Amino acid sequence: MAKLIKDRAVVEDQWLLVRDAIERNFLEALDGQNVIVPLQVWLSQREAVSTRKGRTGVWLQSHELPQSIAEDLPSLEVIALEFPIFSDGRAYSSARELRENLGYKGELRAIGDVLCDQLFYMSRCGFNAFAMRPDQNLEIATLRFEDFKDGYQASVDKPIPLFRRRGG
Amino acid sequence: MYQYDEYDHQMLADRIAQFRDQTARFLSGELAPAEFLPLRLQNGLYVQRLAPMLRIAIPYGMLSSKQLRKLAYIADHFDKGYGHFTTRQNIQFNWPAIADVPDILAHLAEVEMHAIQTSGNCIRNTTTDQFAGSAANEIEDSRPYCEIIRQWSTFHPEFAYLPRKFKIAVCGTQDDQAATQVHDIGLFIVRNDEGETGFRVLAGGGLGRTPVIGKEIRAFLPKQHLLSYLDAILRVYNREGRRDNKYKARIKILVKETGVDNFREKVEKEWRKLKDGPLTLTDSEFQRCKRFFHDPAYKHFGPQSPALEKALNTDVLFSNWYEQNVSVHKKPGYGIVTICLKKTGVAPGDLTSAQMNFVADLAERYSFGELRVSHEQNLILADVEKDALHSLWRELKSQDLHAPNLGLLTDIICCPGGDFCSLANAKSIPIAEAIQRRFDDAERLRQIGKLSVNISGCMNACGHHHVGNIGILGVDKKGAEFYQISLGGSAENTTALGDIIGPSFAQEDVPEVMDKLIGVFERHKLADERFVDTYRRIGMTPFKEDIYGKAD
Repeated sequence: MAKLIKDRAVVEDQWLLVRDAIERNFLEALDGQNVIVPLQVWLSQREAVSTRKGRTGVWLQSHELPQSIAEDLPSLEVIALEFPIFSDGRAYSSARELRENLGYKGELRAIGDVLCDQLFYMSRCGFNAFAMRPDQNLEIATLRFEDFKDGYQASVDKPIPLFRRRGG
Repeated sequence: MYQYDEYDHQMLADRIAQFRDQTARFLSGELAPAEFLPLRLQNGLYVQRLAPMLRIAIPYGMLSSKQLRKLAYIADHFDKGYGHFTTRQNIQFNWPAIADVPDILAHLAEVEMHAIQTSGNCIRNTTTDQFAGSAANEIEDSRPYCEIIRQWSTFHPEFAYLPRKFKIAVCGTQDDQAATQVHDIGLFIVRNDEGETGFRVLAGGGLGRTPVIGKEIRAFLPKQHLLSYLDAILRVYNREGRRDNKYKARIKILVKETGVDNFREKVEKEWRKLKDGPLTLTDSEFQRCKRFFHDPAYKHFGPQSPALEKALNTDVLFSNWYEQNVSVHKKPGYGIVTICLKKTGVAPGDLTSAQMNFVADLAERYSFGELRVSHEQNLILADVEKDALHSLWRELKSQDLHAPNLGLLTDIICCPGGDFCSLANAKSIPIAEAIQRRFDDAERLRQIGKLSVNISGCMNACGHHHVGNIGILGVDKKGAEFYQISLGGSAENTTALGDIIGPSFAQEDVPEVMDKLIGVFERHKLADERFVDTYRRIGMTPFKEDIYGKAD
């Protein structure tokens, strides 16, 4: 079973990421498994996906907006946001949108080109799980959460910006 | 000026440790070049034609004597004894070794300086008027707001991987000296009818290959909402800016393609989610930041300065310099001195380490230990007693730093160009020098009057050629370096983009062409008319006909 970083620890991944859903009856083949399905599958087959055995998550490509699943958030245990390449920064905004504006409380997972040098900013924006690119060393990656002791901005990890905490 | 507290120091220390680790992993081969690239860029490190280049931020142009001495130290110990001031209130060193950069950053941190986000697709150094706080025509000092923006933008976790670079300028004076309208966001400090301070917000300005003047998206933003509104603009841009084509990725293209009204609505919609939240700036934060920019201990002088009057009447060279390089100060008895780094034969904006140490001493003795850097690539002593101007000038003269050409034809804004930069299509420094040599008569320069000449070695427009009264752009013509000339640009309140005069010119012809352009101007100018005003009045045709001959 693949490993990932969740809440700063290296753990076994309990979820299966369904990249494509080309097969007509792919859902039956995955019966009983915990799956993260593409947004388009979720939107078109919500009923079938959520009534099958096994838990359900949804993943979004970087151009897909989290508002499209705003109503479904309570029923989703995992939302994964894809970084097609690490330099595509759209998911940072999506993450904050999910956490701060839509009130999503479940697992928020970074998938795709997820590298250790971006973990600190990702975690500030509300990601708490990281399915790292296979060549990344997970144990070393967990150290990256300590890169900075503080930050100036208001963000998910510290909703009160530094200027309000500084005092005096 | 701003003083770091333990939070600021800690963040800088953390950053250096992080970059030291990243550099080590890159040098050992563990970190791929493509993955190191944005990390090093966000620490100001480019890899250029001949060597790496390190770009250090001079936030909103403020520099202390201590900091300038540190820059001199870095120039001596890690570079070739000089530095280059850029058009965005940064300084560049052209010859550091990659492995030395973490140490250089540690040296900078000792004097509360850094190279954070001076490059890369992130929010860059915030710039402002180089006379802020001392200008006679100021609405409000922009620097406290600039510092608030500096902190907000530094390590912003959401906006480190934008579609493209992002530049913010703030203008607090009546006469914009910061080219504010050609920034991704331009903020003009304004007062509403109730006398409250806020910002007129422009978005979507920029130069580069598609020059655009920013569009107003808000006439009045109350100051306490500054950060939430900036967050909203950046979020719209981060989500919707184009990522499929590097040349269409700046916010100006998004604003253009979305339409300014539509774009404004998107920003307002995002802003409503953030407005009145924790990002709302507090009075105590404004007070805290303003404290760092209180007036220095000015003495009280009358309107007259007999010492100055006497020197002006007896020393004509000093008098010429005074007329050109000393600007009106808000306090009686003080002047704002610009040290023009545009001496013929020296690359515009370059300063040696010896000169840095020298100017640092002058700042200490004449101007409360502080300096400014302007986007015109000059240095400013913002608070000099008028009585001391003559003696300051003599000292500047002793080090050849007394070029009396501020705002004149030879005060050329110029990028490093093909001599250093790997992006350039053509050289720019030799063009500047050839023009300076052609116009080396101080009296003639004064007669020509106020005229900005801006040179860029490529489309990226680091030399702001679009907004030069005369703009010169290096282009590649079948492998040869040619120069396209535009007229009528301006970076002032009446910001305008220049019009291209016609087919480009070979390098050796540029001084001759300049001569002809000035000739046309001199034949048509009325009284004290400036070049740009004459151009606006008579249009392109007379210039074109003189250069290319009359069309049949």
